[in-house]
Amino acid sequence: MNEAASDIIHFDNVGLRYGTQPEVLRDLSFTLHPGSFYFLTGASGAGKTSLLKLLYLAQKPSRGAIRMYGNDVITLPREQLPQMRRRLGVVFQDFRLVNHLSAFDNVALPLRIAGVTEAELQTPVTDMLDWVGLSHRIDAVPATMSGGEQQRVAIARAVIGRPDLLVADEPTGNVDPEMAIKLLRLFEALNRLGTTVVVATHDVHLLQKVPNSLIMRLDKGRLSDPTGALRYPPRPSGPGTATAKATKSGGDS
Amino acid sequence: MKLPPLIGRSLNRGLAPLGGENAASLIPRARLTGPVPWVLAIMIALTVLATAGGLALSNLANSARSDLSGALTVQIVEADQELLAQQSEAAQRILTDNPAVQSLRAVPQAELDALLEPWLGTGNAVDSVPMPALIDVQLRDAADAQQIDQLQAALAEQIPNVRVDAQSDWLRPVYSALSALQYLAAVLVILLAATSAAAVWLAVRSSFAAHRETIEIVHLLGGRDDQIARIFQRSVAIDALIGGIIGLTAGLLGVMLIGSRFAGLDSGMVAGGGLGMLDWIAIAAIPFAAILIAMLTARLNVMAALRRMI
Repeated sequence: MNEAASDIIHFDNVGLRYGTQPEVLRDLSFTLHPGSFYFLTGASGAGKTSLLKLLYLAQKPSRGAIRMYGNDVITLPREQLPQMRRRLGVVFQDFRLVNHLSAFDNVALPLRIAGVTEAELQTPVTDMLDWVGLSHRIDAVPATMSGGEQQRVAIARAVIGRPDLLVADEPTGNVDPEMAIKLLRLFEALNRLGTTVVVATHDVHLLQKVPNSLIMRLDKGRLSDPTGALRYPPRPSGPGTATAKATKSGGDS
Repeated sequence: MKLPPLIGRSLNRGLAPLGGENAASLIPRARLTGPVPWVLAIMIALTVLATAGGLALSNLANSARSDLSGALTVQIVEADQELLAQQSEAAQRILTDNPAVQSLRAVPQAELDALLEPWLGTGNAVDSVPMPALIDVQLRDAADAQQIDQLQAALAEQIPNVRVDAQSDWLRPVYSALSALQYLAAVLVILLAATSAAAVWLAVRSSFAAHRETIEIVHLLGGRDDQIARIFQRSVAIDALIGGIIGLTAGLLGVMLIGSRFAGLDSGMVAGGGLGMLDWIAIAAIPFAAILIAMLTARLNVMAALRRMI
């Protein structure tokens, strides 16, 4: 691929441990290319959420180097991190909605933080809630919503600012299959507009729904292919486990 | 399929701070409007009382000092009444010629008699007792020991049995007691200010703990530290303002009540203990100082907690 270094996310020999515990992530070296769609899979406890935390800048690695959009996130001055975070959209596994804010205010939050005026944010937020099927729940607070509704609000909040990188932790876990497909289409639509998408999921069926996606499989904190090779998922009609393409990460950060 | 609504990058890359109504909506008002305004109101009322008391004491002491600081008493002891009269006149001449002296007054015999009357009764007894001559002297400036010694020496050249006393010497124990009360009031004000700051500190910390989740979310969505700190500063400032108004009103009522009781004494000693315009301004500034302390505490607390997140 021939994208600019400022557009890629590159992990080089990254390890992560919490306190004095053993490393939960080990020797991660890979590159996320702009405009690609990645599924992150692995058993429970494999380190998916920890890896996502590194991606959405909630955690710094214990070792190794991470470059995002031309910046070394480990040495980046603290005051520049908020600007980096505003380029990200995150769907948390536990949604992390602000409990006393309505669906509208939760979705509007990233825009308000970024300084968008009230007049400018009314239409996009309303349209986004309409798109996730919650136009009738615009004033509802999370406590009165079902798990699926909360998840859709969380997704709407993650994508409202058209992020450069969308990170989603089990984003379809609480919604019915029809809504899951619809949300995947939303991610794909964003992806087509240039957003890099990383979706962590247990659901192997989901992998087959996005034809051009790549898979990263974590196993006990390591990528199952130690070189960081990424594979297209098996096609529904294909031979099952065929590797269509592999890209090897380089040390060219 | 309809595409998701997307807005221009120019909008979501904006740098404008999160402020005003948006900031306020992030922290539910009902939670901070707990004990904080009331704790602050009590602290401010006590601080107002202590400050008013300290300032009144300070004014009282200063007023008494300035009344007496330049005042001397010249005492001439002489059994021979004729000689005493001559010496008194000589002393008055010497004192009048001295540039440091502003005014003087020979205490008339009638006043001296009146002074002794409670002990000796009226009538001839007073006449048969040899009385010293007394001259009240007011200096231009405060009297210091050196000046008093010089005057004593100048007078002693012609009048052997003369004695010069500074009137303030007699009141030294009173000044010392007043000073102690002033220090006590100052310490009380400092302690109350520190306690108020500690109360705000604890209230903000507990509020921060209750809103830690919200703060983390705003942090992860790209909120800057100063944006988040401002949200808390604003909440705390509103609480402190409410507490300040209540506390100042209660404190002033207390001050006026005590003031009216002291005014009833109508004594020369407490007449100088009123509060001047500057004093009232200082007292009115207490709630604003409390608001500033509250906001600063909130800011430091939130910033310190945010620094623990990456």
